[in-house]
Order: sequence, then C-alpha cells, then structure tokens
Amino acid sequence: MNLTLKIWRQTDAVDKGKIHTYEVAGISQDMSFLEMLDVLNEQLNELGEEPIAFDSDCREGICGMCSLMINGEPHGPEVTTTCQLHMRSFNDGDTITIEPWRSGAFPVVKDLVVDRSAFDRIIQSGGYISANTGSAPEANSVPVPRDNAVRAFNVATCIGCGACVAACPNGSASLFLGAKITHLGELPQGQPERWSRVVDMTAQHDYEGFGGCTNIGECAAACPKEIPLDVISQLNRDLRTAMKHGH
Amino acid sequence: MALSGLAFVGFVLGHMYGNLKAFSGHDAFNEYAHHLRELGEPMLPHMGFIWIMRGGLLLALIIHVACAIELTRRAKKARPVKYVVKKHTGAIPASRLMRWGGLTLFLFIVWHLVNFTFGKVNVQGGSTDDPYNLLVDTFDVWWMTLIYLAAMAMLGAHLHHGVWSSMQTLGLTGTAEARARVKTISFAIAILIAGGFSLVPIAVLTGLIER
Ligand code: HEM
Ligand code: SF4
Ligand code: FES
Repeated sequence: MNLTLKIWRQTDAVDKGKIHTYEVAGISQDMSFLEMLDVLNEQLNELGEEPIAFDSDCREGICGMCSLMINGEPHGPEVTTTCQLHMRSFNDGDTITIEPWRSGAFPVVKDLVVDRSAFDRIIQSGGYISANTGSAPEANSVPVPRDNAVRAFNVATCIGCGACVAACPNGSASLFLGAKITHLGELPQGQPERWSRVVDMTAQHDYEGFGGCTNIGECAAACPKEIPLDVISQLNRDLRTAMKHGH
Repeated sequence: MALSGLAFVGFVLGHMYGNLKAFSGHDAFNEYAHHLRELGEPMLPHMGFIWIMRGGLLLALIIHVACAIELTRRAKKARPVKYVVKKHTGAIPASRLMRWGGLTLFLFIVWHLVNFTFGKVNVQGGSTDDPYNLLVDTFDVWWMTLIYLAAMAMLGAHLHHGVWSSMQTLGLTGTAEARARVKTISFAIAILIAGGFSLVPIAVLTGLIER
C-alpha cells in the first residue's frame, strides 16, 4: 500500500515544531505501525535526512513505551498499543496524521517522543506497598478473596502508556491513577497505606499539571488494556473515605 | 460540582411540578405560587421558604460556576498545544457541551428571572401581576416558546451527562452494572425534566392552555 503521512516534527523541547508530509510506498498489510515508520526512517536515512524519533521498546504490547496519536486516536483505530497495530487497519492511499501525546505534563522531547516521568513521580508518591526486607513470606499466608484478586489483576494490566491522558479533553490522568489505586486497594497488602496513598498520589497528579476529570470517558475508549471507567469511581470513593479518616 | 448540581436537579424537579399546575387552570397555578410564599408560616416569615430556596440556589450556583471555571482553567493548562486531528471516541456529545451548555443555561436563567421573577416582563405588554396570565402571555409568543424550548434542550443535555458524572464523582458507580444503570437513569431524568418543562410552553402555544 501507498500512504501519505503527516508527521509532527520538532527538533527539541524548545522548538515550536510543525507537521511535515511524507510519502511511503510498498507498505505490506502485515507490517506493524512501527515497522511502517521504520521503513520511512530508512528512506529518510538514505536521503541523509534526520529520521523521525518515536518511542518503542517491547514491541509486543506490554511495556507502554510506544505512544502515538494516530488520526486523532491514541494508539490508532484499534483497541491495542501502537506496536500491535497493523497496517491492515488502514487502506491504500490513506492519509495518516501522527502526533505526540499532547499534555503539559508530558513535554515533547523530540518529534513524537514525550517525557512521561510525571507518571513515575505519581507512582513514587504512593503507588507501592512498603514491606520489610528479609526472607520472602509464605505465599499463601495472606489469602486474597477471588473477586478482589480478579479485579486487582484486571486493573494491574495498566502499562502506564498515557493514552488516557492523550485522549482526555481535560488532559486528566484519572484513569491511570484510578487503575493504580484500585489495583493496590483491592489487595490485603495494600490496606495499611490505602488512605495516605490515594491522597498523596492525587496531590502529585494535580501538582504535575494534569487536568481534572469530568467523566467524559474518552480515556477508557482509548486504553489499550481496556481499564474500565469504574476505577475512577473507586478513586473518588477512596478519596472520600480518606478525607473522612482525616487525611 | 456534583453536590451543587444535584441540588439543582432537586430544585428543577420541584419547579417542574409547580409548572405543571398550569394544566389545572388559572386558580390552581396561582394558588400554588401564592402558597409557596406562605410555606412554613408561621414558623417562617412570609416569603421565608422562597428566600431560603433563593439563598440555597445562589450558593449552589456560585459553587457550581466556581468549580466549572477551575476545571476549565486546569484543562486549558493541561493541554497547552492542541492536536491537529482529534477524534472523540467514547464521548457522548452532551459531555463535550457542558461548558458552553452551562453558559447558555446561565444566560437563560438571567433572562428567565427577569421575565418571571424580578423584572416581570410581559412581552405582549399586558399586566404582570398575575403569574398564570403572565405565563400564558409569554408562551403565546412563538419566539419566547422557542427560546424556552431551546434552553430546555440544553438543560436535557446538561443533565444527561451531569447526573451520571455526579454519581461517578461521588464514587457510586464502582461496577460495570452500576455504571450502565446510572447512565440509563441520567438519560431518563434528562428526558423527564426537559420534556416536563417543555409541556407547558407547548401547551400554551398550541392553545391547550389559555387565559
Ligand atoms: C420551560 C421551562 C420553565 C418555565 C415555564 C418556568 C416558569 C417559571 C415561572 C412561571 C416562574 C415564576 C414563579 C412565580 O412567580 O412564583 C419561575 C421562577 C423561577 N425559575 Fe423557572 N421555569 C422554567 C425553567 C427553569 C429552569 C430550567 C431553571 C433553572 C435551572 C429555572 C429557575 C427558576 C428560578 C431560579 C425561579 C425563581 C424562583 C424565585 O426565586 O422566586 N426555571 N419559573
Ligand atoms: S489506564 Fe490504560 S491508557 Fe491509561 S496509562 Fe494505563 S494502560 Fe495506558
Ligand atoms: S512498544 Fe511496548 S507496548 Fe508498544
């Protein structure tokens, strides 16, 4: 297939950046979206032009590095990560616009690469369980009820890609935050720090400059891991309980 | 935002009930309006109930608008550079209309209070001391009915998203089933309120309700 690509180019964090148009030919339907970009970059290399910078790591949908806004949708038209999106989701002759995540808290580093360390700082502010070091405890000494385990596992699939922020008209990271709060809050090990966790992580979220949630729901539609909106309800509920406990 | 919004929903339901009294005729409607002013007497002074409601609504309005401004400000800051192409998969149109819709409703409420409460404007130039007659005179004018119907459509959209959103903010939609249920209820409340309010203006314009 032959495609027209409109790609955001920006030399560094201070550059204003703009859309450049490229043509690629002979793309196979079986290529992944990133492989298609690899083809374009080889083309640019041969011309002696600067290749397009974009993030990727595992290329198997588990690390959350790849992060492209494709035709106005984070990770493109399918419910998956950009690396697991294939060119069969497009048609010959299509024009595809590719932009970086747009969030004040995710500054553009170069071209399509953004700095998502704001997510790391949110995790550092409470997205963990404190445990004493020493010999590992016996695995079955803390039973986890089945329903809690299932919900914790389901939301633990969040890979921190930031598609929820990219999609949100408010630029909020509430789906990510809710996924982490729910994941740890469902487990017995997460209880001792439960109330301080939600308060601290929410404060860090706001401090990073993410927007406030108005429950529009574009985040859940964009999430490659199908994290459901009810984690945001859980986040709000935990926040309310924490405030009642005087946090 | 959620609590002040829910206070409005409560008010609007009561208000709609009062409006529907217009179907019972001149005397029933005016008596109801009059009764509101005496409600709670002698425990409350004359107009006491009305002023408590006005105070509460004003407080709710201030909170609601302050929250809306703060959320808008944060959203603007959170996305300093806009997308060239942006789709809105997963969003109902009503959810993206909240800010403009809120502004429209605010302007409507200002006009509405001038129209019926503080200004008492009869666009036909008739008397204004009789609530029922003022209402009929107003909605006999087609463009007044049109303004009110447009505002009610906006109110319906505002509630369609707003009711669900308030439940989510209060943390009451923690499962997929609860979410689906609340979304249905929001839609039903939106239709009920927008529809219920629209009945009176339509009935006046079509001659079903007359002086
Ligand atoms: C088609 C829809 C509506 C109609 C026909 C209508 C009609 C009226 C009438 C006749 C009054 C005066 C009652 C009296 O004199 O005792 C009134 C008062 C009022 N209405 Fe509406 N109304 C409508 C929608 C709304 C909406 C959507 C809101 C707000 C969200 C609203 C807020 C008010 C307020 C705040 C007052 C004044 C209460 C007071 O302080 O005395 N109305 N309305
Ligand atoms: S909630 Fe979904 S979209 Fe958001 S960071 Fe996690 S995996 Fe990505
Ligand atoms: S590169 Fe790891 S999820 Fe896409």
